[in-house]
Amino acid sequence: MSGESLGSVRRAFAPWTDPDAKPFVCFKGVTKRFGPVMAVDAVSLDIFEREFFSLLGPSGCGKTTLLRMLAGFETANTGYIFLDGVNISEVPPHRRPVNMMFQSYALFPHMTVEQNIAFGLRQESGVSKAAMADRTAEMLKLVQLEGYGKRRPNQLSGGQQQRVALARSLAKRPKVLLLDEPLGALDKKLREETQFELMDLQMDLGLTFIIVTHDQEEAMTVSDRIAVMNEGRLVQVATPGEIYEQPKTRYVADFLGSINLFDGTLASRNGAAAVVETGAAGPLHVLIDEGTELAGSATIGVRPEKISIGFDRPNGAGRLNTVKGEIWDIAYYGDLSTYHVKLSSGTIVKVTVTNTTRLVERPIGWDDEVWLAWPPEAGILIAE
Amino acid sequence: MKDLGDTSPPLLRVERQRWVIPARLAVTAIPYLWLLVFFLAPFFIVFKISLSEVAIAIPPYRPVFDLSEGLDVLWEKARALSFGNYVWLTEDDLYWKSYLSSLRIAAISTLIALLIGYPLAYAMARAPAAMRPILLALVILPFWTSFLIRVYAWIGILKREGLLNATLLNFGVISEPLTILNTDIAVIIGIVYSYLPFMVLPLYANLERMDHRLIEAARDLGCTRVKAFWLVTAPLSLPGIVAGSFLVFIPAVGEFVIPDLLGGSETLMIGRTLWSEFFANRDWPVASAVAIVLLAVLILPIVFFQRHQQRADEAGR
Repeated sequence: MSGESLGSVRRAFAPWTDPDAKPFVCFKGVTKRFGPVMAVDAVSLDIFEREFFSLLGPSGCGKTTLLRMLAGFETANTGYIFLDGVNISEVPPHRRPVNMMFQSYALFPHMTVEQNIAFGLRQESGVSKAAMADRTAEMLKLVQLEGYGKRRPNQLSGGQQQRVALARSLAKRPKVLLLDEPLGALDKKLREETQFELMDLQMDLGLTFIIVTHDQEEAMTVSDRIAVMNEGRLVQVATPGEIYEQPKTRYVADFLGSINLFDGTLASRNGAAAVVETGAAGPLHVLIDEGTELAGSATIGVRPEKISIGFDRPNGAGRLNTVKGEIWDIAYYGDLSTYHVKLSSGTIVKVTVTNTTRLVERPIGWDDEVWLAWPPEAGILIAE
Repeated sequence: MKDLGDTSPPLLRVERQRWVIPARLAVTAIPYLWLLVFFLAPFFIVFKISLSEVAIAIPPYRPVFDLSEGLDVLWEKARALSFGNYVWLTEDDLYWKSYLSSLRIAAISTLIALLIGYPLAYAMARAPAAMRPILLALVILPFWTSFLIRVYAWIGILKREGLLNATLLNFGVISEPLTILNTDIAVIIGIVYSYLPFMVLPLYANLERMDHRLIEAARDLGCTRVKAFWLVTAPLSLPGIVAGSFLVFIPAVGEFVIPDLLGGSETLMIGRTLWSEFFANRDWPVASAVAIVLLAVLILPIVFFQRHQQRADEAGR
């Protein structure tokens, strides 16, 4: 929203790497059961001030429950939640300095846009009418809805409703803004635009945002860090780049983006260079951290865009990980094409290619015999 | 919007369909025809009787209009119409006292039904989804028994030696049996009991589809539970409150069976007055006038109700 680039601020922001940094929101061993269902299972998590943090996972993974516990709508069975150093586990929702933007917005249909935005301020004692009106106008301006104040929510488009919900949840200047699938109801184009608006807004206001989403692209776009959840547990908490390029588990690797997984056993190791014998694609070379302990079995993951595809076998150093296969299926997306290549072992390998030229002399077609190749550093070793 | 006219079908097609009644019209016409024949026509007959004079005859009134006299005579008579029966209603204070008493008893009953029905409907709407059909069935269950028998049963409960007094005496709450039967209180109890489902059902329908997240949003923005109820739940359930209140109030005003069985000789209600005019006094013209005025009294709240509905629809809910 401001004219200057915020790139330098964004690049420098990484309080989670600083051992002295004090967490702003802190879950300590939080567990929540609904009857026999373990919704949140012993979650401990630190979120830092001004962080844009995502809780990502499939539906029913406990991410919304975690957010609702922070808002105060659910009480943890065990564990504590701290906000800015204060234990808020027992504080009722109306006294917590956090606000929530609800999924499908939950705007009050019997109130105008202005009344919706001013609702939170009205509940505070000692806010003058003039101050309330000023803050409401300021919020309307922030979300670019000046002139819409007198309308009712049902007279607004989905995108406008989303912005009213955002303004309403920001009007009280919460310490943390919680967003429950905030963009889920918008169409794809508007969602992408709004993602950037949200990021800029969060930067400008210097607020801590915690967003719940099942959309991995959304989480990757907006977040400083992502917590991937599954069955009530945190699987991995890291930056989008780390989550994508260094997934810790098979689940994370598979949930974010697509990946080709080759199961095998460690054949040899020389420092960082390791060779894993896989049944599907033969011996595969991979680079691993020197400190990593490795037992017998190992899985190698390769992202489809890291694999090159061609009619000829690469020479020289490019020969390390080369596999022959036959084109089984082609998905053409315009900007990208995804090839499903069937290896002689029967395994299907996905390869994504950017369509950089409009016309290709000899396009890769069905039943073509092709060579796949990737450098050792493209492989991800997933030890489980 | 210049091309608005283009949305109407071309002339030719209109020409061809001239004699075909659209199916939609036919479907809506049936209930309207029904109302026309069985409500509007009797209404005009009653109105006609209300303008006539009482007579010892069968039927016991002398018609003012007789179609056999021809249109000219009809016109003559119409100009010299007598509203004597209506004037009579204002002269004898029995009638306006009956109207007022009916309105008062109906209003008190409606309020009590609302105070009992709202928490009931609220609890039903908040019950686990699997429980709701059962709770709903329990509310409707009394309808499976005859209304008359259920009102009779209240006599057994409310009379001096009845269930209520016996219980209260047993527990030592009272030392003398209370006189409830044959008072206005008994009538109010009877009305509240009989019409409670009509209050609960529209309220339940309204509260059940209310988005629980709205209350959470109010809580999130700083409301206590009670305040969230008053600021969000209550205003949003207003259509249900209005619908339920009218469904109780309108029939309660004209109620006859309940005041006749549970009320005392002092209990004035217009339904009873109407009945005694018709059957005890055999004064059909005055009784018809009473009925017409009752309708006029009730039409005002109905019009108000529909206005409210319309406004609620325009406001989006």
